[in-house]
Amino acid sequence: MEGIGSAPGETAPRLELRHVGKSFPGVRANDDVSFAVAPGEIHALLGENGAGKSTLMKIVYGVQRADEGAILWEGRSVDITSPKAARKLGIGMVFQHFSLFDALTVYENIAVGMDDPMPRRALEARIEEVLSTYGLPLDITREVHTLSVGERQRIEIVRCLMQQPRLLIMDEPTSVLTPQEVEKLFTTLRQLSAEGVSILYISHKLHEIKALCHSATILRGGRVVGTCDPRVETAKSMAEMMIGGELRTAERRGKAAGGEERLIVEGLSVPGTPPFGIELKAVSFTVHAGEVFGIAGVAGNGQNELTRALAGEVVAPRAEMIRLARRPIGHQGPGERRRAGLCVVPEERNGHAAVPEFTLAENTMLTARYRRPLTRGGFMRLAATRAFAEDVIRRFDVRTTGPEALARSLSGGNLQKFIVGREMLQTPDVLVVSQPTWGVDAGAASAIHQALLDLAANGAAIVVISQDLDELLALASRLVVMNDGRLSQALDVAGVSVKDIGLLMGGVHGGDAPVHPHEVTHAV
Amino acid sequence: MTLDVYVSIFMTVVIAATPILIAALGELVVEKSGVLNLGVEGMMLCGAVAGFSIATTTGATSGGYLAGAAAGAALSMVFALLVLSLSANQVATGLALTIFGTGVSSLTGRPFVGKTVQRLGPLFPHPLSDHPLLRALFGYDAIVYLSLVLTVAVAWFLAASRPGLVLRAVGEGDAAAHAIGHPVIRVRYAAIAFGGALAGLAGAYYSLAVTPMWADRLTAGRGWIALALVVFAAWRPWRLLAGAYLFGAVMTLELQSKAAGVGFVPPEFLAMLPYLATVVVLTLIALRGAGGQRAPACLGKAFRAGG
Repeated sequence: MEGIGSAPGETAPRLELRHVGKSFPGVRANDDVSFAVAPGEIHALLGENGAGKSTLMKIVYGVQRADEGAILWEGRSVDITSPKAARKLGIGMVFQHFSLFDALTVYENIAVGMDDPMPRRALEARIEEVLSTYGLPLDITREVHTLSVGERQRIEIVRCLMQQPRLLIMDEPTSVLTPQEVEKLFTTLRQLSAEGVSILYISHKLHEIKALCHSATILRGGRVVGTCDPRVETAKSMAEMMIGGELRTAERRGKAAGGEERLIVEGLSVPGTPPFGIELKAVSFTVHAGEVFGIAGVAGNGQNELTRALAGEVVAPRAEMIRLARRPIGHQGPGERRRAGLCVVPEERNGHAAVPEFTLAENTMLTARYRRPLTRGGFMRLAATRAFAEDVIRRFDVRTTGPEALARSLSGGNLQKFIVGREMLQTPDVLVVSQPTWGVDAGAASAIHQALLDLAANGAAIVVISQDLDELLALASRLVVMNDGRLSQALDVAGVSVKDIGLLMGGVHGGDAPVHPHEVTHAV
Repeated sequence: MTLDVYVSIFMTVVIAATPILIAALGELVVEKSGVLNLGVEGMMLCGAVAGFSIATTTGATSGGYLAGAAAGAALSMVFALLVLSLSANQVATGLALTIFGTGVSSLTGRPFVGKTVQRLGPLFPHPLSDHPLLRALFGYDAIVYLSLVLTVAVAWFLAASRPGLVLRAVGEGDAAAHAIGHPVIRVRYAAIAFGGALAGLAGAYYSLAVTPMWADRLTAGRGWIALALVVFAAWRPWRLLAGAYLFGAVMTLELQSKAAGVGFVPPEFLAMLPYLATVVVLTLIALRGAGGQRAPACLGKAFRAGG
């Protein structure tokens, strides 16, 4: 039998898939997929966006049904007809998308996912117990729409742990955590593994898989193309198995640092939108031509507010607080700022960076018309818009049926490539990108990174706001850490350690005091 | 003497508010599940005619109320079949339902025009319900008290019960609710049936208590006011209660001032008052900040499993 890398003992695998296949109209999502997960094993599923991992997980969790093949649970053949049936077996899943209710509170979101209702008091006590046992700070009375992406993910994890599952499926669980939080999560997962809980782990962060997982199954184009023991592989070798070719790491071409000042933010203070928005407190930084400037921090510390203030969705109290070269632009709206040369890629792809129900061509029209001749006399130039969208699709390798595809039909990673490409091809003087590669696979992430570095090499000033430290360390020459609406001193990336940045993220300025979990609580 | 007049006016307000409250409570539950049913007026008319016909033929007024609720629920199932099972557009289907209900009620109600029916008596016994002052509290039929019980029940159901939580979850994120394993379509069927039954009951209250008689288009657009009231109340049952009584008061004011012959105010202006009140209150709510005004996120959107 394949795939049981380190199964302790002779017991039947907790979960085994045999020759599972699934088709959608026009797509073969999974084809002849077989692997097994032993009790207590942490098993990684590796693959690029669209390799069929998500579909496979949905089949295991009962959201979708396989067309062929068999699923064995602890040696018995089972038919998982619904998520409820999956949970009854002891399968829990931490979703990446689509399972939280924005208008409900954290408590309600957890309660609605419970199969065995219990009284409110008891449930609250149980939630608090899980929160403290696994070190997940959350205020359960808040409504989800007021929370950051990172906090939302914690709800998913808590919701899952409440069920005391025997198989835990985790889809990209660490993408928005600080290194310390990741370490804490891994401690939890290892503890669960030691208690005999199996874990199916999906992540694009290969060094995490190397640190955590006992075995890995690699998918490409819906098929199993290999298995490996991540502990003896390198991140690079696994990435190459995933994409079936050689991985090109992003490299800086020439150093254009020390160029003229392009974006100057000085004493930018913006009150937070009630009731839970973060107030920006005298934010100041300067970005030079040819430089990539990184802003690190745990989700919900004012990054969204800063992105909005830079984009012009919220105007600054005084125009001089944000200057583009020498021009004050603080009072201008997003369109005028784009025309002046400042383009922004916000964090949420659907609904903020793109209109889900619009085609890709229409979505390019929305932002690119300020810098590209896509309109004439108030009319849209459809052919030019389509050509521009096609250009973005081709140059950024967006996997789609064409410029007429609806934005919501694209996978997260592909839509991200499209949006980043749309802004980059407008040749901005300053580009602000929030979470450029969240949920994007290794191959696409490295392509986006390379494009950002190339844009900087051509003289643009780039601000990258990200929770992924590795990304910032690979791209930025200087970085700051954002905590509770304030920026730390700018650090030179060359001489900084991940540990120091992690401490700043937790709200410890100066780096001499130890991090208390409670301080992290305040930071989120 | 004057006290007696005030008590009478107060009681008229309560009677006017009750059917609107009942219909709006039903629609609130439907909208909380993510479905917009614009057919309230049609379901009310069908409930009114069904209730009246059963009450006059059998002589049992309470049977009439049951029949009204049943007729409303039955008509709402046509709507549910179209929008839930066949994914038809909710706005168009709802409008069609109102037009259909208006026509059907006219047709089936023709033999009953001009007949009368016995109203339900007061729920509370003689000394309380006739007391010159206390009748303002105890002088109503059972439906009035039922409407208050329903308000409490719906508020509790939505805020504190687990099925209510599931219903809200279905209305806030149908895909997510499906992913967790809640039966989105079944929940919505149940919500629509409940909304239909209450709309039918509200309609029956017009033909059996407010007027009481049958005439074409008896409800005179009150179904639309109930719909507006749900938005007005920001999908909250307690605000709905306040809103329904406010509307009841404005409608009574219109009637009373007509009867009192306030000569210098044209009657058209008085007829306008309920709608003017809507605009004023909506403006006031908007000025007080956007808090809690969010419509259910999936309101009016069709859901297809696995889509």
